[in-house]
Amino acid sequence: MSKVVLKLADDVSTDIIYPGRYMATVLPTETPQYAFADMGDFNARIRSRQILPHSVIVAGRNFGCGSSREQAASCLKGPDFTIIARDFARIFLQNSINLGLNTVICPEIEAEEGDELTISATQVINHNSEKSFTIVALPKARQSIIDAGGLIPYTRQRLMQGKK
Amino acid sequence: MGMTYVEKILARATGQSKVKVGDVVEPRVDLAMSHENGALVLNQFLEIYQGTGLEAKVWDADKIAIIFDHRIPAESAKTATNQKKVREFVAQQGIRKFHDIRGDEGGICHQILPENGYVLPGKVVVGTDSHTTSHGALGAFSFGIGATEMASVWALGCVLNVEVPATIRVSVKGSFQSCVQAKDLILYLIGRISAQGANFKVLEFGGPAIEKMSTSGRLTVCNMAVEAGATSGIVPADAETIRYLHEEAGVKGDIEIIRADADAIYDQGIEIDASQLAPQIACPHTVDNVRSVAEVAGKEVNQIVIGSCTNGRLDDIKVAALMLAGKKVARNVRMLVFPASARIYRQALKEGYLSTLMEAGAVVMNSGCGPCLGVHQGALADGDVALATTNRNFKGRMGNPAAEVYLCSPATAAASAVTGVITDPRKGE
Repeated sequence: MSKVVLKLADDVSTDIIYPGRYMATVLPTETPQYAFADMGDFNARIRSRQILPHSVIVAGRNFGCGSSREQAASCLKGPDFTIIARDFARIFLQNSINLGLNTVICPEIEAEEGDELTISATQVINHNSEKSFTIVALPKARQSIIDAGGLIPYTRQRLMQGKK
Repeated sequence: MGMTYVEKILARATGQSKVKVGDVVEPRVDLAMSHENGALVLNQFLEIYQGTGLEAKVWDADKIAIIFDHRIPAESAKTATNQKKVREFVAQQGIRKFHDIRGDEGGICHQILPENGYVLPGKVVVGTDSHTTSHGALGAFSFGIGATEMASVWALGCVLNVEVPATIRVSVKGSFQSCVQAKDLILYLIGRISAQGANFKVLEFGGPAIEKMSTSGRLTVCNMAVEAGATSGIVPADAETIRYLHEEAGVKGDIEIIRADADAIYDQGIEIDASQLAPQIACPHTVDNVRSVAEVAGKEVNQIVIGSCTNGRLDDIKVAALMLAGKKVARNVRMLVFPASARIYRQALKEGYLSTLMEAGAVVMNSGCGPCLGVHQGALADGDVALATTNRNFKGRMGNPAAEVYLCSPATAAASAVTGVITDPRKGE
């Protein structure tokens, strides 16, 4: 089971997830310290490593809208969050897949902070409300990147195959 | 069933006779653009080659463009070091479309690409910047990607796993009222369809008002298509596109134009009458929180920014200069002007626009992104209100989550600079 540690509304932009003033920091090992930097309490919990791996952030529609900055995905990958959103903005979703950040598209999701969830391939079960919510599968083509372990190993495979 | 403009481009870029919405394709890339985040791209690029025994060499150095604009001159040692790494990589790989911090050829990536003729109609352009949608103004299919995806493009020369997007057709008729500009049109559209209204789709602009619009205006419109979630904005290339490329971008020779099929299938159609549009403004803290300027007129502002990839071109600066000629920027306002490129800066200098703006009290800054992304060159105080011709007003965007950012046209920004409060530019006539 995974616990919901943060609940967010619709249209959370990458400026909220990873403010532009920290964009000179690029290494995935260093970006998590600035995740949600303007949300002081939550950022402090990330920095002090109080959050367990696979903890869940539940968001509304259009999560990750705005800038293409990849730090917005890498800063969440570091602490190993799972992001469940009603839907995602395109570039953020692709960045997440490329980096192996666990993203779950769940259009009807209802969950509050503190709720315990079980996430399978097809549905999210909320053990507090005892409700289940259907997951929208990623397109097959994107799944192939996930199966390869991210875009870097996937591209490496393609290079080695000499397929251009 | 026929193909849309974007489907035509993707069919050609994949060597197929036909593609349709939802197909997954791997289009060849004609231009791959990065800015300072090239530093992250090159990290990822080198990682791809680790353990392969292959030499880490980009697929085609002539199809890569790198432009420094987000943090120029460098605001910190960290940025300066990132820029140095990119310079070394550019030299090592033989990348010639590189625009460093220079007064002869520097500027914002989304201005440098068009004005140097790097983008042609019918081509596929990707950039590690969400506002890469801008280049649809020249009839290219142009979209933003992340750094790792760009590293993959540098290695393979194609973008993997692109889903052919559906097209929303926006038809604009009528003539704009005086002091109503391209920016007002795109703000109005974003407000109407919301920040997610075009997610995973393309916004294609057409109709009499778009046909009459300059490439500069089209760049403004396509630039902000991403604020409605669009994969790209696009204006199918026409006579104006050819004129711009030949006369302003130095492109020589014939330019091929492709057209959508008459029986192409569109996701939806949106009609707008430009003559009915009033000046628009996006209020804090989302770009789709759009109202008419009249509704928020009278709100005091502390900083006005004219510039960015959205509205820092010569015609934008001209509008501001004409409105501020012989007048003064209000004492409660700091007005910052960022010409979008060094070329525009020099043109504005020659035309006298910059001295007019300075005599009014504005500060003319170097060409670049300025304070738009909240790094430097105009941070806001707690409680400050900024009025900017930029493209985003998310909380904290201009560097301070305790400040507010409103987005408007150059005409509205200039009219408000004089009064010190948000002002409908039609009032001054």
